Amino acid sequence: MAKSQSAALDRKKLMADPIMVTTIVVLITFLTLFILYPLAILLVDSFYGDGSFGIGIFKRIFAMPSFTRAITNTLKVGFVVGILSALIGLLFAYVEVYVRMNRFVGGLFKVVSMLPVVSPPFVLSLSMIMLFGKAGIITRFLLGIYDNSVYGYWGIVIVQTLTFFPVCYMMLKGLLKNIDPSLEEAARDMGAGRWKVFADVTLPLLLPGLGNAFLVTFIESIADFANPMIIGGSYDTLATTIYLQITGAYDKAGAAAMAVVLLCITLAMFAVQKYYLEAKTAATLTGKASRARMLIEDRSVKVPLTVFCSLAAIFVIMMYICVPIGALFPTWGYKFFPLTTKWFKLVFTRYHGFKAFKDSFVLSLIAAPVTALLSMIISYLVVKRRFRGKGFIEAVSMLAMAVPGTVLGVGYIRGFSGGIFHTGFLQGIYGTGLILIIVFVVRSLPTGTRSGISALRQIDKSIEESAYDMGADSFRVFMTVTLPLIKDSFLSGLVTAFVRSITAISAIILLVTPQYLLITVQINEFAEKGSYSLACAFASILILITYGAVLLMNLVIRHFGTSKSIKED
Amino acid sequence: MEKVKKGVRLDHISKIYQDPKTGKDFYAVRDTSLTIEPGSFVTLLGPSGCGKTTTLRMIAGFESPDEGEIYLGEEPINELTPNKRDTAMVFQSYALLPHYNVFDNVAYGLKLRKVPRDEIRERVLKILDLVELTGMEARMTNQLSGGQQQRVALARALVIEPSVLLFDEPLSNLDAKLRVSMRTEIRRIQQEVGITAIYVTHDQSEAMALSDNIIIMNKGVVAQMGTPQEIYYHPVNEFVADFIGEANFLKGTMVGAAKQLSLDKGSVGKRVIMNIEGSEIEVEGNGSMETGNEYTLVLRPEAATLADEGNLPCEVVLSCFMGSYQNYHVKVGNTLVKLEEHNPKNKHIYAVGDRCALVFDPASVHVL
Repeated sequence: MAKSQSAALDRKKLMADPIMVTTIVVLITFLTLFILYPLAILLVDSFYGDGSFGIGIFKRIFAMPSFTRAITNTLKVGFVVGILSALIGLLFAYVEVYVRMNRFVGGLFKVVSMLPVVSPPFVLSLSMIMLFGKAGIITRFLLGIYDNSVYGYWGIVIVQTLTFFPVCYMMLKGLLKNIDPSLEEAARDMGAGRWKVFADVTLPLLLPGLGNAFLVTFIESIADFANPMIIGGSYDTLATTIYLQITGAYDKAGAAAMAVVLLCITLAMFAVQKYYLEAKTAATLTGKASRARMLIEDRSVKVPLTVFCSLAAIFVIMMYICVPIGALFPTWGYKFFPLTTKWFKLVFTRYHGFKAFKDSFVLSLIAAPVTALLSMIISYLVVKRRFRGKGFIEAVSMLAMAVPGTVLGVGYIRGFSGGIFHTGFLQGIYGTGLILIIVFVVRSLPTGTRSGISALRQIDKSIEESAYDMGADSFRVFMTVTLPLIKDSFLSGLVTAFVRSITAISAIILLVTPQYLLITVQINEFAEKGSYSLACAFASILILITYGAVLLMNLVIRHFGTSKSIKED
Repeated sequence: MEKVKKGVRLDHISKIYQDPKTGKDFYAVRDTSLTIEPGSFVTLLGPSGCGKTTTLRMIAGFESPDEGEIYLGEEPINELTPNKRDTAMVFQSYALLPHYNVFDNVAYGLKLRKVPRDEIRERVLKILDLVELTGMEARMTNQLSGGQQQRVALARALVIEPSVLLFDEPLSNLDAKLRVSMRTEIRRIQQEVGITAIYVTHDQSEAMALSDNIIIMNKGVVAQMGTPQEIYYHPVNEFVADFIGEANFLKGTMVGAAKQLSLDKGSVGKRVIMNIEGSEIEVEGNGSMETGNEYTLVLRPEAATLADEGNLPCEVVLSCFMGSYQNYHVKVGNTLVKLEEHNPKNKHIYAVGDRCALVFDPASVHVL
């Protein structure tokens, strides 16, 4: 049997559609140039960086005690954070799905799930230092402990857990909702107690999902740069070690090899997560709940669970609130009253705050629509079209998800500072705002693409086919049918991309030039110097901006988004 | 702007798919040649997985054939994309654009063809009148019932005046009563417009009610093509007989030609004696039968009845009142035969266990 004729015909049909062909070519070029190539150059550099091919550089970095220690540190932190986040996330998800809660507790849960989305990555580190550090409000002024150190292993673990557990909570909530209540009711009907039902029915069904949540957090933790940077102290992780290798030791080949090691770790875990656990999760929990679950009213279960979760939620919220409040104290750790706005004023008068916000804002504002549109186009191509190279587009845009920002940053330095393959070609973009925008786009692309893909999967294929059949070419189908139908996903992708860009730091900090003052970089700098009040002032304004963006998005979606009734069709 | 009607011709068309589980290639459609006359209503009928939808999608251009060429009129269209083909499809899920109202949905194809605005308005209103949706122009599609949505889909396909109208199981999402009235509607409109229509369904009554010609497909190949009567009364094999309507299969051996007693001139020489389960009965043969060979007789449930006496003794194993008919299962020897005794009110009803005889007109069976 030969499928050659249909393949040839499909190719001809595709070629009859120049806009589509151009889009695919541009997309493949973009992905190759800005995702694959920087990673490839890291490999080249680490094997060939000292002039001859070999594993010399790897030998050198593995001989550094600081590097091997960083690997153990990173894995240790990632493992513990992964477990803690998955467990706390599970508790929150269970309470939300299974236990009757009052409005107040429900509200707390919602805020907790929102906060990590709108805040810059290191906010919790700041508040951790301010609450529990040497001059922390709680440690020093409430408990009278004078030399409490939050820096190091436990600092990172606590801060990362608090930052990442809401992600687990959201993931597991979705899974728990998919468990058919009649399974558990059947077990109860057989005589199993509540705890037994949880242990024998709910937990086994949830296990792959729990593993998935664990690995996702593990990867996030390993890739995290900002928190270890601020609260790690001398406890270095891979991300910070790589950063220091470049900015401190100027050892670019060594940094490249380290980045390759970090990439290999995240890629391996990503592969397990994506191809093994996600498939297993889908296999055990595919069904939709047939009807609503009987919520637990039993006070002996309800009261302790809700009280515990509420306290935890309040604690997390307090940590976030601590940042703007911290910016209002005259001198952190010494003088708390009267509250003052002097730090906010200083941000704008002495520390170029206006320029920093403008630079961050403008660059993110350019990156956001590009990212949103690009991810919608990728999703459309991946879900709705068949062509050669589709697998490549899908794989590379998902690959970007597994690449830590630090790795990407080093890749861009090595890949573009001397032009493509150090030939000087395209060298011009290095050090410009353009490359920052490209980094923003690449960093947010996977999330946008994933949401676009899941939105598009829900749209009946024949709707687009009907438009195609009526005489529209691919471009018209996309503009008049696809995009309007996934408007919500597009809008939220727009804001997510904006928020992610304006709060990004890991890759950006390696690439930014003095010409651009980015807020996150400023916050990091002030936190490094110990000027926590200034860092807090910057961070508070940043949170305001991102929160404003999210509010605006919700408003826009409510008024211009696809109405509910259309979606149900 | 009367168009020349065009037919569709499939010339040795095959489509190969890969089984997602085993990774093996298989023929979804195999070496199929068909000629669909201009202006006729043709149904592709078959069980799921028989290749009927694949065939339709190849005509629409969504799939490309692996062998053979498709012609629209005289023009080969293999290389044309769906938007360049002069066909319009009505989808199973209606596939209306949910963000447009009725008018804009119908006008969509005309706008793409850059038809002047006044003409769009005129043509859309005219077609909405044809599908009896006048006054609904401003409704959003989700405010319409299933039947109305399907009318919009039909209007949208008709308004661009395609050479061929393609239907992909358009009524399967509607409830039973609506299905019946909509199919009458579709037939009326097709006749009124005089357009060539190709209709995919797995519902045989739909196929019967709509079609000039029915094409029965099975496992990727055409099993039989013919008018509804030809297919019902003269199925070419057991699959077709069983798929269209209910069929009983009686296996028997030909004993010899029947005596020329019959007054019916047309059947002279065709009547044969068959031995079925040990009893000899007379049936109308197909003219090419030989004594001593085994043949299968197709007997429709409504074509036979029960009597106290007869040549083919049987035993009732199920007797069930269905309203418009009495449903019997009887055993003739080892063969189970299903019967429908229509209008049972004034007839003798046999009970389970009764021994009686199966009686039918020799001309009402079909020899395979």
